[in-house]
Amino acid sequence: MEVIVSLGIGVFAGAGVWLLLRPRTFQVIIGLSLASYAVNLFIFFMGWVREGRAPFVTPGAPVDLARFADPLPQALVLTAIVISFATTALLLVVLLAARGLTGTDHVDGREGEE
Amino acid sequence: MTAADHLIVLPVVLPLATGALIVLVDERRYALKAAISLSSLIGLLAVAGQLLVLGETTRVYALGDWPAPFGIVFVADQLSAAMVLLAAVLGLAATLFSLARWQRAGPRFHALVQFLLMGLDGAFLTGDLFNLFVFFELLLAASYGLALYGGGTARVRSSLHYIVINLTASLFFLIGVSLIYGVTGTLNMADLALRIPAIDPSDRSLVEAGAAVLAIAFLVKAGMWPLGFWLPSTYAAASPPAAALFSILSKLGVVAVLRLWLLFFNGAEGGGEFLAWGGMVTLGFAIAGVLSAQDLGRLAGYSLLASSGTLLAAIGIGSAAAAGAALYYLVASTLGIAAFFLLIELVQRARVPGADMLAVTAEAFGLDGDDEPEEEVGVAIPATMALLGLSFAACALVIAGLPPLPGFVAKFALLSALLTPDPIGAAAWTLLALVIVSGLASLIAMGRAGVRIFWGGEGRIVPRVRVIEMTPVALLLALCLALTVGAGPAIRYLQEAAQALHAPHGYIDTVLGR
Repeated sequence: MEVIVSLGIGVFAGAGVWLLLRPRTFQVIIGLSLASYAVNLFIFFMGWVREGRAPFVTPGAPVDLARFADPLPQALVLTAIVISFATTALLLVVLLAARGLTGTDHVDGREGEE
Repeated sequence: MTAADHLIVLPVVLPLATGALIVLVDERRYALKAAISLSSLIGLLAVAGQLLVLGETTRVYALGDWPAPFGIVFVADQLSAAMVLLAAVLGLAATLFSLARWQRAGPRFHALVQFLLMGLDGAFLTGDLFNLFVFFELLLAASYGLALYGGGTARVRSSLHYIVINLTASLFFLIGVSLIYGVTGTLNMADLALRIPAIDPSDRSLVEAGAAVLAIAFLVKAGMWPLGFWLPSTYAAASPPAAALFSILSKLGVVAVLRLWLLFFNGAEGGGEFLAWGGMVTLGFAIAGVLSAQDLGRLAGYSLLASSGTLLAAIGIGSAAAAGAALYYLVASTLGIAAFFLLIELVQRARVPGADMLAVTAEAFGLDGDDEPEEEVGVAIPATMALLGLSFAACALVIAGLPPLPGFVAKFALLSALLTPDPIGAAAWTLLALVIVSGLASLIAMGRAGVRIFWGGEGRIVPRVRVIEMTPVALLLALCLALTVGAGPAIRYLQEAAQALHAPHGYIDTVLGR
């Protein structure tokens, strides 16, 4: 389980960084999204990789910390998802505005020599 | 809880409520929106002033009355009170300046300023690491809107870079926070300060890695070399009131580094050398930038980088006295650079577009064009130009650090703090030389620009400047003057703030209620 999780985060982060360094704005925004998936998964699994455990206490059941997942990283990841969603939407608008104003989708607003 | 305790949360609640209220007001009712915004800012100033007076003792506000390590707390100590006051002053100046023209240049200026202030105040006051992230994102979201404010190709292009870089920095922030949480199991800053020294040596490197990743996010904001290349072009392209407000954003990065590094590692772990040398490289880069800047906006941007570099280096060298002097320099330089950003727009109305570039190019090629003698010998400088010239000179004095304005007092205090320990290290000597050279470079660059603008005759138009645009510049410069006159108490206050940061027992005990 740990290996799958770390590989998944690594692939997301690697792809995200690669795309982030590309010259087209669309590639950059996809790269940012992938990188933020990697970070979200990373936060999520900072509460340890455990299967089949709920992050809340069931009424009546004995309270034993070993039976529960840590709820805090789940709350954190929810906040992080919402924030990165909102800022990505904003970036998308700026990206479209830049495309309209400069007539190119290059991140510098003009074509480089490639 | 007494009424005084609730003061701590007001710097966040007041701008939030005001911003939300302004969003509801019809877009064309500028006078009403300005009135709401200004009255909130005056209220904010009063609250911040009161916090400053009460700041002698650290005060804690537990949101929802959840006790400290579990709930989120706001902490008002001397540093956060001073920074909240500084933010409120800049907000007032930017809002006043926008009344003349800029509030009509696009939608929702006043609401964006209020939300930016909310994020700033929250980030200064919060005692929780994840809450700090949330407030960072809030102020960044508002700053994206302000960086784009007014529209145009240049703003959209530089904002695109600004947004992408800050989103990436936010990802680093999250990685750092979650690494620290994963090892220590807490996000409360005071609790972290207690737990980090006690963690298992095998996990220690993880916490240090987390803190280093976290620092990247702050240093991107502060504009440390090589993370600060975006700063001059973004700030130069932003509308003047937005740029004036942004001059405190980079200081937020510095303050966050100062607070967290001293709290978590008590200034140890080799971070100091990194900050010191990183700050000095930033300063060197900024000196080159200041000298080569071809327009005033970039000149101001590089001056901001220079002040960030000085601050980081002074903090990194590490004594409480140096940190206190650095905090005084932070306040003085923020006020001076904000006034300069506002002044640039007024001054540039006197110039034919593109004349800056022409002037520098003409200088380089020896084409001064002074072959034709001026016929009018004693042209009286119109009152507007005299006023602008005086303000420009005052900004130059603050930024370059010449007497009688507080830039000089700040640099003097900083240099004397650097020279106090015996023996003086190599880093301190280098910083001393760089600070002096950066003052000279700013003076040369500002002098060159000033001569071109105010004495160069070609294509000059006497600008139409309204009183309401001159008021915030005068206000900021008057505050600079007040900082010089009241330098004794101001430095003493900030020295106490720095000592409290260097010996954080009081902070930790108050937050955790021990």
